[in-house]
Amino acid sequence: MPQSLEYLKETPSQTAGPYVHIGLAPGAAGFDIYKQELGWDIAGPNARGERIRVEGLVIDGTGSPVKDVLLEAWQANADGIYAHPEHAGAVEEGFRGWGRVITDFTTGEWGFDTVKPGAVPGRNGAVQAPHINLWIVARGINVGLNTRLYFEDETEANAADPVINMIEWENRRQTLIAKRNEKDGKVVYRFVIRLQGENETVFFDI
Amino acid sequence: MLKPGEFYQRDREWHPPAYVPDYKTSVARSPRQALISLENTVSEITGPVFGHNDIDGGDNDLIYNYAKPGESAIGERIILHGRVLDENGRPLPHTLVEIWQANAGGRYRHKKDTYLAPIDPNFGGCGRTLTDENGYYYFRTVKPGAYPWRNWVNNWRPAHIHMSIFGTAFAQRLITQCYFEGDPLIAKCPIVNTIPDPAAIDRLIAPLDLNATIPLDTIAYKFDVVLRGRRSTLFENRLEGN
Ligand SMILES: [Fe+2]
Repeated sequence: MPQSLEYLKETPSQTAGPYVHIGLAPGAAGFDIYKQELGWDIAGPNARGERIRVEGLVIDGTGSPVKDVLLEAWQANADGIYAHPEHAGAVEEGFRGWGRVITDFTTGEWGFDTVKPGAVPGRNGAVQAPHINLWIVARGINVGLNTRLYFEDETEANAADPVINMIEWENRRQTLIAKRNEKDGKVVYRFVIRLQGENETVFFDI
Repeated sequence: MLKPGEFYQRDREWHPPAYVPDYKTSVARSPRQALISLENTVSEITGPVFGHNDIDGGDNDLIYNYAKPGESAIGERIILHGRVLDENGRPLPHTLVEIWQANAGGRYRHKKDTYLAPIDPNFGGCGRTLTDENGYYYFRTVKPGAYPWRNWVNNWRPAHIHMSIFGTAFAQRLITQCYFEGDPLIAKCPIVNTIPDPAAIDRLIAPLDLNATIPLDTIAYKFDVVLRGRRSTLFENRLEGN
């Protein structure tokens, strides 16, 4: 018998279930308990860059909006710096780059306000186009789904993005591009996530 | 100082697959295309950082964190405690752990839960804490009750506590459920059984931990959590392009 490697195994994932709000967004479950719920303010008041709203839907394989999803967002600031000790560079005071949002119980719509992130370094000297990393959990989702939101108006950067270009099927790349609109003078990016079926969103094993 | 490198790839045969027909809700919510495997970049090896300003000291005591002054939640008083480690066996200090659960009767405080077991006016059902410098965490709560759910006509969830854990990187993000040793409903649950390997299911069952009980007061269960580990950078790290 060779020596044992002695690695531990990752704890297996289980679905977040229908009542994920109780733990991660209790106000939405219908009660007030914490001094502050986490993840409502992604960019903070001092963030530089373009203020944007990101909104969308999550659609299941039958074409229906999923109404009990929780999404988490993770993004760099406008300079392309993540608020994390392993990414060199400072972010604005109050910029966290992380947020969590839930879907409306009747419409399935979700949305959050933030700033548009900058390009961030990729592997081997490449540059990654501006993007927001998303993690999606819900009843019926056994392991949280990872995807990325890219921006429609970043045509050149998107065309050079090493992650987008890794997707073999060019028609599927479009599923990661949020559409830019203006609503009441505000820039809104719309991002529809399709869990299954026609135009299924690209999900990553990260 | 050398920065650590990529995370070990997730063992997708150890985790539940997306599509498990016996867990009916997964049928329409499971991607049919293969996941695109992504080598870690700075977007995956970083993640949100939390501190003691984010939470309150009492947030981890579910017996009292929603109770009226002088009152407490009804049910079997338990401590749920353990460590958050990575696959290399290293503790993860100062990481956020959030839990939620039904009350002792199996009822959630949620506007969408209509089960006939009553709401406990002194029980919210959520808690959160940061691990200490040794990766240790603990909660005090009441043992949740089993509850029925719509899947087949007669399905009952084993007593369980939902748990959300961050680690240091978005690649480590995890939500799971903790079950309790000796519960006959575990083996019958279609959600538990989304996990193909019985050895993996065992990792979700918290043993009774008599050493950690408070005599004449609170019984204890131990639940260790393991998040993904990462390679050292002794030989090469081209993560950030140099
Ligand atoms: Fe549950």
